[in-house]
Amino acid sequence: MNTELALISALNGASYGLLLFMLSAGLTLIFSMMGVLNFAHASFYMLGAYCGYQISQWVGFWPGLVLAPLAVGLMGAGVERYGLRSLHARGPVAELLFTFGLSYVIVELVQVLWGRPPVPYRLPPELDGPLFSVFTVDFPRARGFVMLVAALILGALALMLRFSRIGMVIQAALSHSKTVETLGHDVPRIHMLVFGGGAALAGLAGAIGGALTVTEPNMGGPIGAILFVVVVVGGMGSLAGAFLASLAIGEIDAFAKVIDRSPADLAAALGLSIDPANPLYGLWTLTLSQAAPVLPFLLLVLVLLVRPRGLLGRREDR
Amino acid sequence: MTGKAIARLLLISMACSAAAAAAEPAAQTTVRIAYIDPLSGLMGPVGNNTLHSWQYAAELADRENWAPGVRFEIVPFDNKLSPQESLNDLKSAIDQDIHYVVQGNGTSVARALIGGISKHNERNPGKEVVFLNYAAVDPDLTNGECTFWHFRWDANSDMKMEGLTNFISKQKDVHRVYLINQDYAFGHQVQRAAREYLAKKRPDIEIVGDDLHPLAKVTDFSQYVAKMKAANADTVITGNWGSDLSLLIKAARDAGLTANFYTYYAGTVGVPTQMGAAGAEHVRMIYLWQPNIDKFPGQDLVKEFKSKYKEDFATMAAYNALRGLADAIHKAGSVEPVRVAYALEGLRLHSFGGDLEVRASDHQVEQPLYISSWQKLDGKKIKYDQEDTGYGWRVEVALPADAVTLPTSCQMQRPARPN
Repeated sequence: MNTELALISALNGASYGLLLFMLSAGLTLIFSMMGVLNFAHASFYMLGAYCGYQISQWVGFWPGLVLAPLAVGLMGAGVERYGLRSLHARGPVAELLFTFGLSYVIVELVQVLWGRPPVPYRLPPELDGPLFSVFTVDFPRARGFVMLVAALILGALALMLRFSRIGMVIQAALSHSKTVETLGHDVPRIHMLVFGGGAALAGLAGAIGGALTVTEPNMGGPIGAILFVVVVVGGMGSLAGAFLASLAIGEIDAFAKVIDRSPADLAAALGLSIDPANPLYGLWTLTLSQAAPVLPFLLLVLVLLVRPRGLLGRREDR
Repeated sequence: MTGKAIARLLLISMACSAAAAAAEPAAQTTVRIAYIDPLSGLMGPVGNNTLHSWQYAAELADRENWAPGVRFEIVPFDNKLSPQESLNDLKSAIDQDIHYVVQGNGTSVARALIGGISKHNERNPGKEVVFLNYAAVDPDLTNGECTFWHFRWDANSDMKMEGLTNFISKQKDVHRVYLINQDYAFGHQVQRAAREYLAKKRPDIEIVGDDLHPLAKVTDFSQYVAKMKAANADTVITGNWGSDLSLLIKAARDAGLTANFYTYYAGTVGVPTQMGAAGAEHVRMIYLWQPNIDKFPGQDLVKEFKSKYKEDFATMAAYNALRGLADAIHKAGSVEPVRVAYALEGLRLHSFGGDLEVRASDHQVEQPLYISSWQKLDGKKIKYDQEDTGYGWRVEVALPADAVTLPTSCQMQRPARPN
């Protein structure tokens, strides 16, 4: 691999990883605070893309980028206030099933409102064109923009959690929710804020990600699966872990796609040759680039076996 | 007006209506056609566009009376590009007493449908189903796996690759070729044929990359494009279609890749928008028609379709297939599938891309193909653009049917010919 390919892969991996982080940040906060593995999280991503599209049709892309996350955040808060809150007493399974069902309802609603095929949601012309070149490969402005937004959000989130009053209450509620309640804070309201905030982050990721790729009703499916990998690998409830895992998965994906080496090549380098009659010949000749889509899930399985609490997860009890 | 004149007018109008009634057979038959293709998901736009092409062709068939006394109705089914889903759709089509099935997106789906239809026809003589394939181009379907019930109206992948590689072998600037294809039967066929034919025709060309990616799942091709850059490819050959081509071209444009693309499907929905000005002179495609062929045959269709559906008419194979079906029904004097299938064998037809013949030995339609390149409109030779980009296709080479005819290994099993 030459330097050019390595650099551009690192950049592409980072931009994908940062987009993943925007999504997983909300998911992991919601999980650690409320104990709910939110299956509808990727649906908020999709909703963000559709809201962004609809608002961009009316008043342009940039207002849409601000308004879409707000709209999705409000929807998220509504879901918590009028759905999850009443289920909380019934325990996490009921909540999980609720979000699971909700994710299908949202997809169906979107299909009714906007139709089944993709909608033509595009980035504005200001984001067309190259930002800079890595030797001969252009790095598009749009990707730079994703990275910038994600970095700003990450920074704002970290500052908010660490230094603001509400941030400190949220942090306290993460681990000692009963105590916080006894101290007179309205914990259900904090839950609503966190759920709404997480949904808004997913909506923002969707408003950018949808325009960058494709906006269609099932766009949440594949990325939703990756999100669970991120949250588990990073450590349930750890924001820093989610950040590391997002970047790691982004980079693994980017680098795996450009490495056309298979176990057979490795064996050949060691002086062994694999016979085509070998029953596992297909597996021996599977290149890393072909295996790229399954690598995150392989990682998930390995992490669960070797280090069930994830990279930076603290608590195994819950 | 005198009484005499009124009487004459009445007489004339009566005579006219009597003549019209005589030209029409007593009973109007409606032939319902099941359209089984993706109408949702990443390939949804392609499926919807070709659905409109079929519906438009059916409208023309009625308006122009292609098969006197027979009207056509297209019944759409969304198969979500899944072979399994398509078999369910086939079953419900059969339950609705539909005997003609059309499909084009995905060889994997076509193969499943052929299997399902063959089984059904074996078990239900007298209630057969005929399959008109307008775009699934795996060569095996008209070779080793050929069946009597399947008719292919697009040129198969090997025929297209034959044409493309003949053209490429004359291009002096092609040295380093990169192959990228979808990881399923069709993509594998393109990959194999490209390697095989190039090795024969231009052994000096080096294949510097060969990628297979999942079908209709990739939304970001930037890493594949980075590989093409790193491999220093000057030419990319791809059988990709739908989102897999439009997003590939988008990534290539974003990364500033200037290699020339040789494609099968750059004329399909979504791709022209992504090519825009950046693709000019760099993208070529091979197909059986495009709007800027000499003397612009089919331009009336293009204009009417655009004003009706606000999108481009691109899939001429749909029009040809329905014309063929109508002619065969007319020739057979019946809408019974077995009779119509026999009438289709050897059928000749003049369409907008040239003369067609349904080869009886394997049911592969033979027809001229055109290699075209993406160019700015000049108002003279390139009059019709695509997706309002101001760019359109210019014919580079018109390949007569016999230049892209390949032998077949098909051993056709035929049912008893009805009397």
